[in-house]
Amino acid sequence: MATATATVKVVKTSTQTGDIIARWVVTLFAASLLAMAILLVYELVIGSADARAKLGIWRFLVSTRWNPVTEDFGAAPFVYGTVVTSVLALLISVPFGLGAAIFLSELAPARISNALTFVIELLAAIPSVIYGLLAIFTLVPLMRLYIEPFLKRTLGFLPLFQGTIYGVGFLTAGMVLAIMTVPFIISVSRESLLAVPRDQREAALALGATKWETTWQIVVPYAKLGILGSIFLGLARALGETMAVTMVIGNDPSIHASLLAPGYSIAAVIANEFSEAGGKIHPAALVELALVLFCLTILINGFARLMIMATTSKGSKRP
Amino acid sequence: MRTISVALMGLLVMATAPFAAAQKLNACGATFPDPIYKKWFSEFGKTHQGAQINYEANGSGGGVKGVTNGTVDFGASDMPMTDQELAAVKNGKILHFPTVLGAVVPIYNLPGVTQELKFSGPVLADIFLGSISKWSDKRIAADNPGVKLPDEEIVVVHRTDGSGTTFVWTDFLAKVSPEWKSKVGAAKDVSWPKGLGGAQNAGVTGLVKQNPNSLGYVELVFAVQNKMGHGQVKNANGTFVKASVETVTEAAAGAAKNMPADFRVSITNAPGKNAYPISSFTWLLIPSKFSDPAKARQVKEMLHWVLTDGQVFCAGLSYAPLPLAVVTREEKQIDAIH
Repeated sequence: MATATATVKVVKTSTQTGDIIARWVVTLFAASLLAMAILLVYELVIGSADARAKLGIWRFLVSTRWNPVTEDFGAAPFVYGTVVTSVLALLISVPFGLGAAIFLSELAPARISNALTFVIELLAAIPSVIYGLLAIFTLVPLMRLYIEPFLKRTLGFLPLFQGTIYGVGFLTAGMVLAIMTVPFIISVSRESLLAVPRDQREAALALGATKWETTWQIVVPYAKLGILGSIFLGLARALGETMAVTMVIGNDPSIHASLLAPGYSIAAVIANEFSEAGGKIHPAALVELALVLFCLTILINGFARLMIMATTSKGSKRP
Repeated sequence: MRTISVALMGLLVMATAPFAAAQKLNACGATFPDPIYKKWFSEFGKTHQGAQINYEANGSGGGVKGVTNGTVDFGASDMPMTDQELAAVKNGKILHFPTVLGAVVPIYNLPGVTQELKFSGPVLADIFLGSISKWSDKRIAADNPGVKLPDEEIVVVHRTDGSGTTFVWTDFLAKVSPEWKSKVGAAKDVSWPKGLGGAQNAGVTGLVKQNPNSLGYVELVFAVQNKMGHGQVKNANGTFVKASVETVTEAAAGAAKNMPADFRVSITNAPGKNAYPISSFTWLLIPSKFSDPAKARQVKEMLHWVLTDGQVFCAGLSYAPLPLAVVTREEKQIDAIH
């Protein structure tokens, strides 16, 4: 029994060459992106070398001093400000964002939903400087005259709401960041919610669940991945936001327990001081701050990935 | 056909040659003299064959960096370059040319207080240090008899960015308060013991305007243009003086006698009956050597014009012109440029 073995000769036609070229080109693009990331880390590490040598990494992270005259720098107030304003922004924007997304995907008629989504996506595209400007002229007086005195009167027993009212501060910065992250959360969450298959909803309703129970217990958990993704997208924006924050945070490099007090964030101090920073240590310290922010972002994104992996493996997702 | 077009091109190039005499110069530096420099350079261009001088106000530090690295033709700074900065300059020396005088004034926002407030140096230092925290403090009241000051906390406002304005302010505070000198020091950017930070003169003005019971410092020009009440400051002779063209010029006149040869001098807390104590020169930082002789010529022409014809524009913009004695000495320094 002879098995017919057919040998196919590979003919190098022009399509084959085209394929090869295309493959190399897209590989090049991907590699260049990776190269850029590596270059970024390299520059951050090299640029901060003077400061790391003089100040030491651990001491830099915990020191609360920022003195350009004696060249004694510490990252603690800025890390604190960045984290506090970002967490505050999420605390305010997630309920609003998720709620709005649920409304747009489950409850609103299609026409209204589409119109509103269009407007919300426009909001996401507005430059942050404009938000900062709006905040200075409208939000800051609002906070100083009404909201912060109200909070101080009612919740003043908490150390979070004590101290002088300036209008600018952690709370105002958190609110501006919340206003800026809400459109992202709404837009991505709404897409995730709409992607949940209809049978899931119908099955729940058929089993006797109310509309709210269906939404909250079936639809939202199904779309958890996308919603979490949108939250971390918003967080990433909040961590790196520069102009809007520096306009309303008060620019005071110290740690205060009160949310009414002024503070500073990493991005804001780099933007304010880098162009005039003289000598060797001051610019290097600012680059070291940038490295700290970079590591913080990686840590948070890594944590987000782990969380997503954990929730997915629990089988709460795809069939 | 080809030869005709080539010939035409040649003619065109030759025709533009005379205009090449008008150089385009790039400069950057201090924000304080930005209004007067812009006015000067545009006026200079009108009377000197369309010479173009581009000035970008990115801060005194930017001006120093620019001339150190040679990225601009000349710079400007509200603070003279330190010995360290001068040593770091790559090509040749940098010459300092004082151009105008300015003043830094305390601005405040006290609703209900219509009188002009008086501040003595040590009181200002203690307010910025945090030792004096309320407007109703005895020491402020002692300087302002008869003024009803509210029992509110003083909202201190300072700069976030490095600035010559900050240098002049902290230089004065360091001279009148040994505690300030040892704790904080005088520099373009310091570690402020307390207060909110605003970016540039405009940022500080904005924060003071928005926050009642606030106190900040800005250049006189900005205070005048934004119609902000600014206070009087006690000078070295013990008189409370309000910043104006006359009082600032008087501060410089005293300093002109003992001016060092390189013009790097601080005139804060200057002697003089009506001298305003927080005054300062602002300098143009000119390289002593230019690789392009046409540029060197242009710069020398510009300096000569600035020191003579240009000074008439100062008063209109609330800058004090230079005393004649200083101008004479500077004219001699122009010869050092080549």
